[in-house]
Amino acid sequence: VSVLLTRNTTFIVQGITGREAVNLTKECLDYGSAVVGGVTPGRKGREVHGVPVFDTVEQAVEHHGAPVDGSVVTVPPAFTKDAVFEAIENGVKLIVIVTERIPRGDVAQMVELAGMREARIIGPNCLGVIVPGVCKMGGIGGPAKDAAKAYAPGPVGVMSRSGGMTTEISSSLTAAGLGVSTAISIGGDAIIGSTYAELMPLFEADEQTEAIVIYTEPGGRMEAQLAEWVSQTDSQMPIVAFMAGKFMDDEEMKGMSFGHAGTIVEGAEDTAAQKIARLQSAGITVVERIDEIQDAVKEKLGAAVGG
Amino acid sequence: MRFFEYESRRIVELAGIPVTEYGFCTTAAEAREAAERIGGPVVIKSQVLTGGRMKAGGVKFADAPDEAASHAAEILELEINGQMPRGVLVDPKAEVKQEYYAGVVWDGTVKRPLMLFSDMGGIDIEEVAEKHPDHVGRGHVSNLLPVSDFEAKQTVAAVGISGSQLNRATAILARLARLFRERDMTLAEINPLAELDDGSFVALDAHMEMEDEAKPRQEGLLEEELRIAPEDTREPYEPSQFERNVKAIDSADHRGVIQGRDHGFSGNLGLVIGAGGGSLTLTDAVRSQGGKPANYTEIGGNPSVAKACGLTKEVLKKEGVQKIAVMMSIVSNTRVDIVARGVIKACLELDKEPAETIAIFRIPGAWEEEGEKILRRYGVEYCDRSVSMWEAARRAVEKIQGASA
Repeated sequence: VSVLLTRNTTFIVQGITGREAVNLTKECLDYGSAVVGGVTPGRKGREVHGVPVFDTVEQAVEHHGAPVDGSVVTVPPAFTKDAVFEAIENGVKLIVIVTERIPRGDVAQMVELAGMREARIIGPNCLGVIVPGVCKMGGIGGPAKDAAKAYAPGPVGVMSRSGGMTTEISSSLTAAGLGVSTAISIGGDAIIGSTYAELMPLFEADEQTEAIVIYTEPGGRMEAQLAEWVSQTDSQMPIVAFMAGKFMDDEEMKGMSFGHAGTIVEGAEDTAAQKIARLQSAGITVVERIDEIQDAVKEKLGAAVGG
Repeated sequence: MRFFEYESRRIVELAGIPVTEYGFCTTAAEAREAAERIGGPVVIKSQVLTGGRMKAGGVKFADAPDEAASHAAEILELEINGQMPRGVLVDPKAEVKQEYYAGVVWDGTVKRPLMLFSDMGGIDIEEVAEKHPDHVGRGHVSNLLPVSDFEAKQTVAAVGISGSQLNRATAILARLARLFRERDMTLAEINPLAELDDGSFVALDAHMEMEDEAKPRQEGLLEEELRIAPEDTREPYEPSQFERNVKAIDSADHRGVIQGRDHGFSGNLGLVIGAGGGSLTLTDAVRSQGGKPANYTEIGGNPSVAKACGLTKEVLKKEGVQKIAVMMSIVSNTRVDIVARGVIKACLELDKEPAETIAIFRIPGAWEEEGEKILRRYGVEYCDRSVSMWEAARRAVEKIQGASA
């Protein structure tokens, strides 16, 4: 059991002939994922690591002969909205958007259409989803041999606004003997397809997941939304959070964005200090140091078993 | 990107929202002409990208053109929050019956634009929302369906407004919401939106911000209509030499992305760090353990040796930098060996001993064995993932403190 992906999940790669997409396709195939087709307009008939390339999503679905579960979208920002609409209107239910620098209005349109069609978007500006030892969708964890080093199966779900930090944290959980149930790079933009709070019900429903680690940054209301969700649902799932970018609270950093487009301190609610207070008030453990995550998870899991 | 008031006025005017007959002036003589054309009492407003103009003396009233010219001359020389004005706006002093607020912002949680309307205009909307929540109407609009007038009407009516005021305000709020979407704004505010003695509504002040990512497709508005030069990026501060150099190195080669900042940093430890989240985590870790970063950087997307070398050289050339810490979260795309090559090359080209200069090299991940070999050849210790990011930062701080003691 896992979140979002299973061994049988099929997906396509939109923009498959691009340099990064070719690598990503190979990585996913090597890790055991079922990549059933690729789309690049005008490149029908080619192959990328044995995956057939089509002009349209419709052709890819038709060739597969059954509905395709997912799509990894890695096309330039100006074309991303159309690519995502194309996937959704062809019945794709899980869309991972890798592309960065997409205007917020476009992202909001994609998210709204996805909501109408009961599809889910992860990202944009993300590395995707990995179920350790089963499959991965996106560049998350890198080549299969590198992904194997960082990701072992285990009881901890990981959600992170930073793609690189998803792997860093998962690797430390793996090294500590804990391991990861599903890790999701949710994306670093101001508006994203799936927030912590929107993904929590999936982890709650997953039998394998016993605790959650989130990596978070200043900017936006996503942490407040998670804190509200935990309080409202009275969730008992242990959550450990790490907040990076505390230096952005300094007066001289006001109005500047670091790391990701979504990190910008505009109001009092956006600061790291305010977010930490919010999360703590909902019973979420916020660790000060990145190397304290594993022990905090172990402590919480121990407490959950003991209680 | 934030717009000046005179630009924001033009943007709302283009959307069919009434504004007063204003003039944007860069000299006292132009201000006199504008006041003559307007006739009657005027207000002269400093054009700066910061709040608190009124308090700082950047807004003045004049009854005659000569007075307008002398006020303009003063305001044009007045620095506000560290900014010299771009010019002044000369506006008729309106006879206002009632001030309203109309605004549209993103609601990141609902992922839709949110319309806001208040009958308590002229003051900060956040203050009104906190102290008088019943005086703020709110309404989301779809990203896909056209903005309908009724949605704006409901938002205005929510604060108890009826009569001709309701109908006039509705048209303006609906146009503002359409403008927000069509022009890729992140903030569109009219404050105050004034009801004049004759019952008409005009935008007396407007504040617009556009999303940077959308600038390419808004070129028509930016360059043709508003005549904003592409290099006029409106950063919250003037970029430093270091920042400009790093940007130039990044643009010279399409492989990988490097970014550098030193605004607000002035320490002795140069940071050559990445990626996005890793850089935030490492900067905190250095500072929390008493280290003084000289800068902030981000390395990502597998840059070339030349790019990694160029970035490192810029960091090393910064005044006061004694050592550098080369650290990243686990990489899966960026290659450890390429960064190692770039960093070593930078040291050698600047006649610095790599083993002395590099306080720490902690980048685990893709091609780490090859990276380690290169570093070992130059006597630089390599740290893999068994050394946490916190511990790597601690070692770097310890080394530099030992060196300066």
